[in-house]
Amino acid sequence: MSGDTTAAAGDLKRTPLYEEHLALGARMVPFAGWAMPLQYTSIIEEHRAVRSAAGLFDVSHMGEIEVSGPGAQEALQRLLTNDVGRLTPGRALYTVMCTPEGGVVDDLLVYQLGEQRYMLVVNAANTASDLEWIQEHAGGPQVTIADRSLETALIALQGPRAQSILARVTDDVDLDALRPFHFVGGWEGMISRTGYTGEDGFEIFLSWDGVPAIWRGILAAGEAEGLVPAGLGARDTLRFEACLPLYGQELDRDTTPLEAGLDFVVKWDKGPFIGREALLRQREHGLRKKLVGLRLLEPGVARPGYPVLDERGETVGRVTSGTVAPTLEASLALAYVPPSLAAPGQRLAVAIRGRAVAAQVVETPFYRRRRGG
Amino acid sequence: MAHEVPEGLYYTEEHEWLRVEGDEGVVGITAYAQDQLGDVVFVELPQVGAEYRAKEAFGVVESVKTVSDVYMPVSGRVVAVNLALADRPELVNQDPYGEGWLVRIQILNRDELAGLLDAAAYRQRTS
Repeated sequence: MSGDTTAAAGDLKRTPLYEEHLALGARMVPFAGWAMPLQYTSIIEEHRAVRSAAGLFDVSHMGEIEVSGPGAQEALQRLLTNDVGRLTPGRALYTVMCTPEGGVVDDLLVYQLGEQRYMLVVNAANTASDLEWIQEHAGGPQVTIADRSLETALIALQGPRAQSILARVTDDVDLDALRPFHFVGGWEGMISRTGYTGEDGFEIFLSWDGVPAIWRGILAAGEAEGLVPAGLGARDTLRFEACLPLYGQELDRDTTPLEAGLDFVVKWDKGPFIGREALLRQREHGLRKKLVGLRLLEPGVARPGYPVLDERGETVGRVTSGTVAPTLEASLALAYVPPSLAAPGQRLAVAIRGRAVAAQVVETPFYRRRRGG
Repeated sequence: MAHEVPEGLYYTEEHEWLRVEGDEGVVGITAYAQDQLGDVVFVELPQVGAEYRAKEAFGVVESVKTVSDVYMPVSGRVVAVNLALADRPELVNQDPYGEGWLVRIQILNRDELAGLLDAAAYRQRTS
């Protein structure tokens, strides 16, 4: 057997739940400079628990950047592709921020906390470079930018049982009234109906010191309903089945939101924003590549970086994510291919260790939860 | 966490085991190896008849997260592969020394057995 599966100790940052993870028997791995739980029991078991009941994730490594002041909204409108003007206090939206060339600097959630106060929740691996980017492109006398990442803990309770479990530990919040992309509370205790699993669920922002007691309380409250602690491994397979992009795999500075299929976060009519001209040109002249879902028709697993081949065996694209999807029990992948080869039904192949394994473009998302009921 | 390391098997530094049965041997990965990999979702095995030198990669075990080559403990010719793994790769996790075996080989050079670890030595390396 080969492959490095051991966690490097060293200078990794620890979330306030580090000791909880160890006590729960988690396998800790380095991720974006943090020591994070990969799994507690099994990725597949945790994945299935989230689809059928609920899982509790520590995502305190995510970055939180506060942007406030009289110029905050205008600065964010320039910085982000989505329309922050649609927000009101208590609402959040998903967006990307782009380079002038239209490449994705990061994908993030924007929460409007008050009339002139916003919180951006960004990828852990990008927190430092995002902060730099935001200061450079949104800074000014009317705007205050602060990194709140190391004082803000974040846990995610996800799955069809999430609401009934959370209701056991919150008696003053009307969860029925909390619609998707809405939140209640403020920095030191905020419940948001958002997530990264394709299920209903909540993300709960807490103070660094306050989170361990809440984490334990939710786990205890949910045990009877099938709640389990879930690690980054399941988080990745869950988001993969739901076709939610992962920065560094589906998204990077050489990929535009249009190529990634994120057209819905690009609001052309809201006024100028960084990357708008480049994206407009791309919309007119056509995409260089398009993100598609692939289903492997022969045994094998497509991994990030594997070449995608056309029917003549020419390399035409690249896999960005792939695994055997635990809910769907199929070997699936996300890949960039030329737009001319992106229609569902298109036959392609993935080169796996020098062998062309037949694949077919399929509709995305791979998994869509049944709503209601 | 202590993993099962049965007596009577040979082991490699790369976490394969070999059970010698006459001129033949059965090869798999250890309990420690399957635990490190996590949920196994795909196993790629060689053709029957293929020959490999000791330490040569003969197959691939893929978990949800990672891809790992598996290596021949000794030089051998493949006489059978575990076809059950095509539909049930999780057998490698559930029963690594039994139903989760990978290949059966004809051992081509018995002298190479002397270069392998016994259970005590392997246990020491993974504790």
